[in-house]
Amino acid sequence: MSEIITTEGVPLKVSLKRAERINKIRALVLVLPLTLFIIITFVIPIIAMLTRSIDDKQINTVLPKTFEIYKQWDRKQLPSEEMYATIFNEIMTADKRAIGKASTRMNYSKSGWKSLIKKSKRKFKKIKEGPYKEKMIAIDKKWGKIEYWKAIGEMVDPYTFGYFLNAVDLKYDSNKKIVQQPEKRRIYNYTWYKTLKISVLVTLFCLILGYPISYLLATLPLKYSNLLMIFVLLPFWTSLLVRTVSWIIILMRKGVFNSILVWAGIIADENRMQLIYNETGTLIAMTQILLPFMVLPLYSVMKTIPPSYMRAALNLGAHPMHAFYRIYMPQTVPGISAGGLLVFVLAIGYFITPELVGGADGQLIGHWIAYHLKSTLNWGLCAALGTILLVVMLTLYWAYNKIVGIENIKLG
Amino acid sequence: MALPTYTTTGQRIGYYTYLFYCGLVFFFLIAPIFMIVPLSFNQSPFFGFTPEMLRLEPEAFSLRWYRQMLGICRPDDIITTVCTNKWMIGTKNSFIIGLSATFLATALGTTAALGLSRPHMPFKAAVMALLISPMIVPLIITAAGIFFFYAKFGLVGTYTGLILAHTALGTPFVVITVTATLTGFDTNLIRASQSLGAGTMKTFFKVVMPLILPGVISGALFAFITSFDEVVVVLFLGSVEQQTIPRQMWSGIRQEISPVILCMATCLVALSITLLTAVELLRRRSERLRGIKLR
Repeated sequence: MSEIITTEGVPLKVSLKRAERINKIRALVLVLPLTLFIIITFVIPIIAMLTRSIDDKQINTVLPKTFEIYKQWDRKQLPSEEMYATIFNEIMTADKRAIGKASTRMNYSKSGWKSLIKKSKRKFKKIKEGPYKEKMIAIDKKWGKIEYWKAIGEMVDPYTFGYFLNAVDLKYDSNKKIVQQPEKRRIYNYTWYKTLKISVLVTLFCLILGYPISYLLATLPLKYSNLLMIFVLLPFWTSLLVRTVSWIIILMRKGVFNSILVWAGIIADENRMQLIYNETGTLIAMTQILLPFMVLPLYSVMKTIPPSYMRAALNLGAHPMHAFYRIYMPQTVPGISAGGLLVFVLAIGYFITPELVGGADGQLIGHWIAYHLKSTLNWGLCAALGTILLVVMLTLYWAYNKIVGIENIKLG
Repeated sequence: MALPTYTTTGQRIGYYTYLFYCGLVFFFLIAPIFMIVPLSFNQSPFFGFTPEMLRLEPEAFSLRWYRQMLGICRPDDIITTVCTNKWMIGTKNSFIIGLSATFLATALGTTAALGLSRPHMPFKAAVMALLISPMIVPLIITAAGIFFFYAKFGLVGTYTGLILAHTALGTPFVVITVTATLTGFDTNLIRASQSLGAGTMKTFFKVVMPLILPGVISGALFAFITSFDEVVVVLFLGSVEQQTIPRQMWSGIRQEISPVILCMATCLVALSITLLTAVELLRRRSERLRGIKLR
C-alpha cells in the first residue's frame, strides 16, 4: 500500500503528528503562565516551609567545629578542654543574631541553654586565655553539667526528626532515645485528638442536618427548591467573619439565645449557659459554617436519583421507612461520602472560627501552628505540625478524588 | 406539595414533623446572618437586643455606628469610642487588594482553563490538581509557607505580597468555573470563524469570549470574594498599612467589640446577596447561551 502524501509532499502520518504536536504545545503554552505562577508563589513556599520541619542546619553553621569534636566525645564524662576551647571561640566570634537563634534552638532540646549562652556571651570577655574549662564553669555551673552537653547531641546532624517527635508529644532524651514529653508539656496529642473529635462531630452534625434538607431540595418542585436553595447559598457566600460574629452575638451569656431561654422561663437568669468560648461554641459555629459544603454535593447526587425507584418499592409493598433505607439511601452514598469528606477536610484545617469562638478548650491544631509561627517563633515545630496536617489532608483528598473526582467540584 | 389522599394519619404527622425539622435547619442556616442587621442599628453600645428595641421604640435605633464606620464624627457620638476612619481605610485596602488579585487571577485562570479544555492537553489531571491546590491546602499552612518565603524577598508587609498571595488563592475558582463553561463548547465555532478569515485573537475576542464570559465573570466574582473575605494570610503577611476589612473585624472581635463591626457585617451581607444574585443570573445566562435547558 502506498503512503498517503499531503499536498506539500509530506507523508500524512508525519503531517498529522506535527499538527498534533503543535496543538499540544499550544495547549501547554496557555496553561504555562498560571502553572509557573502557582509553582512560584504557592507550591515552592509550601515545600520550603515543609523542609523546615527537618532542617537543623542553622545551628551547624554557628558551631561547626564544636560539632566536629562533639562527634568523637564518649558522652560519659565531661568533654575535653579542646571542646571547651572550641565552643568558647565559636561563641565569641559568632554573629550576635546567629548565636541568638542557635541558643533558641538549643533551648528546645534542654531549657536553660538560652540563658546560659546569653550570660556566657556577656561574661566570656573576661577570659583572656586558656585553660577554658574551669574558667567557663566558674562563670556558670551549667557548663560543668553533662546533661547540657548531652542535650546538644541531637543537633549534630543537619537534619532532625525532633520537631516531628515534638508534634506528637515525644522527644529525644540526652542519649538520643525517643521518650515521652514530661506530663505538663504534653499538649499536641490532646490537640490532635480534639481536632479529630471536633471534625468528626461537625461532619456528623452536618450530615444529620444536611441530609433531610438536601432530600427536600431535591424532591420539591423547582420553583420552591430554587427559592430554598438561597438559604443554603447565601451562607456559603457570606463572609466567614460575619457568620462568626453573629454566632458570638447569639451564643454569648447575655446573648440572644440565652435571653430567649430566660424570657421563656426555661432557665433562670443566673444560670445562663456558657455556650461560647468553649468546645460547644466551636461545634455550633463550625456546623453552621460548613453545612452548605455538605448540602451541595448531597443535593447534586440526590437530584439524579429517579423517584420511580422509591415508588416501585412502595408499590411492591415495602414500608416507607424500609423502602427509604433499602432503596433510597444506598443510592445517596456517593453524596454522603463526598460531602462528608469535604466537610471533614475543611474542618481539620480550620483556624479563624475556633480562634474566635473556641476559647481555651475549643482550639484545633491550626491554633498551635499560628501560635508557633507568630508567638514562639519555633518554626521547626510549626512546620512539623503543618506537615502532618497537610499529609492527612492530602490523603483524604486523594480518597475524595477516587470517590468523586476533584474536577467535579461544583461551585454555587 | 399536597400529600396523596391515601396517606395515613401517622404518615401525615411524620411528613409534617419532617417539614418542621427542615424548617428548623433552614432557620439555623439563615437566622444568624440576618440577626446582625437589626442589631447594627442599635442605639446603645451593646451586642444584644435592648428591651426598648424589642418594643420598637424609635429612640432605641440610630445610625451612630454607621457614622462611626464611615468616619463621620458628631460631638455627641464620640463619648463611647474613639472616632477613626480605619474602617474606610480597610475598605480601600480590601478593594485595592481584591480588585488587583481578581484581575490577575482572572487573566491567568482563564488562559489556563482554555489550555486545559483543549483535547490535546497532556498531563491534564496532574496539572489540574496542581492548579486547584491553593483551594485545598488549609489557609493556615498556606499563610505559614507564604510568610517564610515572601519574607526572603521583602514581600511581607507589602501590597505586592498580599496581591500575589490572594491571586494564588483565587485562581482555582476561575479555573473551575471557566473549565465548566468550556465543557460542551462547540469547537466548530472556532473553525468556522477561522475559515471565514478571522485571526486567532479576533476569533478569541469575537467568538469564544462572549460565550465563556458568564463563566469568566462568575469565576472573577468567586476570586474577588475569596480575597475580600480572606483574613489568615493578611494576618501573617500584612502590616498595619494593609489592614483589610476582615482584618479589622478580626481585631475588632478580639479587642474592642464595638457595634461598628455589626455595621460592617451588614454591609458585607448586602454585598454577598448582590454577588450571589449576580452569579445565579450569570449561570442561567450561560446555560441558555450553551443551549442547556434550565433545570
